[in-house]
Amino acid sequence: MSTTFQPLTKRSQVVSDKKMTLLERIYLPAILKGMSITLKHFLTPRKATVKYPEQERPRSAVYRGHHVLKRDEQGRERCTACGLCAVACPAEAITMVAAERRKGEENLYREEKYAAVYEINMLRCIYCGDCEDACPKEAIFLTDRIVEADYLRKPFVFGKNELVEPMEKSKRIDVSKRQTPEVLKFKEQRQYSHNR
Amino acid sequence: MQYLFYLFAAISVLSGLFVVTARNPVNSVIALIVCFLSIAGHYILLNAQFLAMVQVIVYTGAIMVLFLFVIMLLNLNNSTEPQKTLLTRIAAVVAGGVFLLTLLAATRQGVEIAAANPADASVGLVSHVGMALFKDFLLPFEVSSVLFLSAMVGALMLGKKEKVAA
Amino acid sequence: MLATFIFLVIMLLVTLGVAAYETYAERKVAAFMQDRIGPDRAGPFGLLQPIADGVKMFMKEDFIPSTANRKLYFLGPAIAMTTALLTGVVIPWGGTLTFGDATFSLQAADPGIGILYVFAMVSIGVYGIMLGGWASNNKYALYGAIRASSQMISYELAMGMSLVALIMTTGTLSMSGIVDGQLDGLWNVAVQPLGVLLFITCAFAECNRAPFDLPECETELVGGYHTEFSSMKLGFYLFAEYVNMFISSAVISTLYFGGYDIPFLDQKGMDSNLITILGTAALFVKITFFIFLFMWIRWTLPRFRYDQLMNLGWKKLIPLAILNILITGGYMVFNGNVKL
Repeated sequence: MSTTFQPLTKRSQVVSDKKMTLLERIYLPAILKGMSITLKHFLTPRKATVKYPEQERPRSAVYRGHHVLKRDEQGRERCTACGLCAVACPAEAITMVAAERRKGEENLYREEKYAAVYEINMLRCIYCGDCEDACPKEAIFLTDRIVEADYLRKPFVFGKNELVEPMEKSKRIDVSKRQTPEVLKFKEQRQYSHNR
Repeated sequence: MQYLFYLFAAISVLSGLFVVTARNPVNSVIALIVCFLSIAGHYILLNAQFLAMVQVIVYTGAIMVLFLFVIMLLNLNNSTEPQKTLLTRIAAVVAGGVFLLTLLAATRQGVEIAAANPADASVGLVSHVGMALFKDFLLPFEVSSVLFLSAMVGALMLGKKEKVAA
Repeated sequence: MLATFIFLVIMLLVTLGVAAYETYAERKVAAFMQDRIGPDRAGPFGLLQPIADGVKMFMKEDFIPSTANRKLYFLGPAIAMTTALLTGVVIPWGGTLTFGDATFSLQAADPGIGILYVFAMVSIGVYGIMLGGWASNNKYALYGAIRASSQMISYELAMGMSLVALIMTTGTLSMSGIVDGQLDGLWNVAVQPLGVLLFITCAFAECNRAPFDLPECETELVGGYHTEFSSMKLGFYLFAEYVNMFISSAVISTLYFGGYDIPFLDQKGMDSNLITILGTAALFVKITFFIFLFMWIRWTLPRFRYDQLMNLGWKKLIPLAILNILITGGYMVFNGNVKL
């Protein structure tokens, strides 16, 4: 008894190959029953379709999509091209070329080293968020933006143009949605203090 | 009317010739279908609508479909065509010649084939054909149906699976 | 003569137009039954979708396989479309219109053997599928062609048998004669309930519509007989199916559901032209219902297996049709309609 599976719904039926009765062999009752079911669906006004470009399916608050490379309060890029995100990436989607900050660029880059090239191949990316976890500088985040479709593969390799958020304060990309109380509490831990 | 007759006659003779001369068996079957259709046209000219439609339904619609069916499955082409020996060729010529002679004799000595009588427009209609079949020619009709029955039984016997001995 | 020609042209255009909008209706019905919306981008409610589809079909590359038999490959879709369109000629689309002293019948031709003509056209129609399938030189197409031919022959028999009983009661093979018989009395559906069921089932099979769409059978045969067809040749095949559906709906309505008869309408004192127009409208309402029935069934029932199809045709429908003939004949003799 205990080995039998719990039925998921009450509609499941035990299959048997017993001889069908005359009424079952005529098929017509079964056909009419099926037709009544489809007619019921035909007449219900409730439709499952989401008209995508105009209408979007509600997404979870912690949806992981299109990455962003954050700037700090003064508009300097936070990324220091340490490469931890590339190492953490299970899909090996991230590549970068580091460069040293020159004199006069202090208002552009926060650290002495920065990423001259930072590319994520969005076709390889599996949106796991490991890069975000690995980042010691709170520079990379996944946002709830959707990566748009395209006809070629090339445009899916996102460079700094697509990734770094705009300088203007008003156009900054909000990543606080994903910072749930649990996440913030997790980040309180000592070993992550360098992030702040 | 007359031009239509000549048109149908030309089509049936030409397609009939093509049936024999065509290299590809499928083309030859299609020519035969065209031939049957033009014969149906002849029937309509003779005001025998019922016969015309039955000709189309039975011959072009059912029998030729089966022909085509078999030919498609056999995938006949030049390489699979059996070699005809001299003997078979001579036999074919003799058989064909005898048949031609019979036909000629029949047309020369036989009864004058009555021309279509347009005054009696109803002769080819369903009720008249039915009356003829079930009153005047009842016995031949029933005998031919028995023949079909025996053919069906024979086909069943051939198609029946033999019981595997235990 | 000219009037008949104009009528034929109008009939052709209406048939093609209906067939075009059937494709739209099919997608909408399918969508609604699956709780979706269906095409809604081209025009209001997607009403221009058939035009968009047509343009797409014409713009596609017309590919011909190198091993195909070119002549027959062209002939296949042509036969399918021609026979589908030819069938509508004998259907009485309405009564007669009177302009001054000229009367004009809404039926292009009324031969005494109208039903047989429909049958003849249907039986020629199978060549379109067979030749196209064979000429493609593709195993799936050949399978589709063979299935189509055996299915059509099998179900033509049952269809003819179910009609015999109807013809016994109506006493005429003419389409207009059958409608006339229903104008004042009962519709034939009341006289031949079993016959209607058999006829509709066979009509589904003859149109190669689900659940009898084994010749196409995309899950087993890629695309069946039209696997190798592209562009407007494929369009012709698909279109012929919808034309066939329209014509068979018209035939079902005419033979069993009173044709252009409007039930429960007192026609005394009404203008005869008005009655004719209303009658044609009534016929189109009936046709619409049967087209919907075709789609309804398609999106409800799964496809038959091949042996199930043959069993149903030969072991169920044909015996039932013969039984129907016997019952009808017995009833007629008992009632004294015929003398033995």
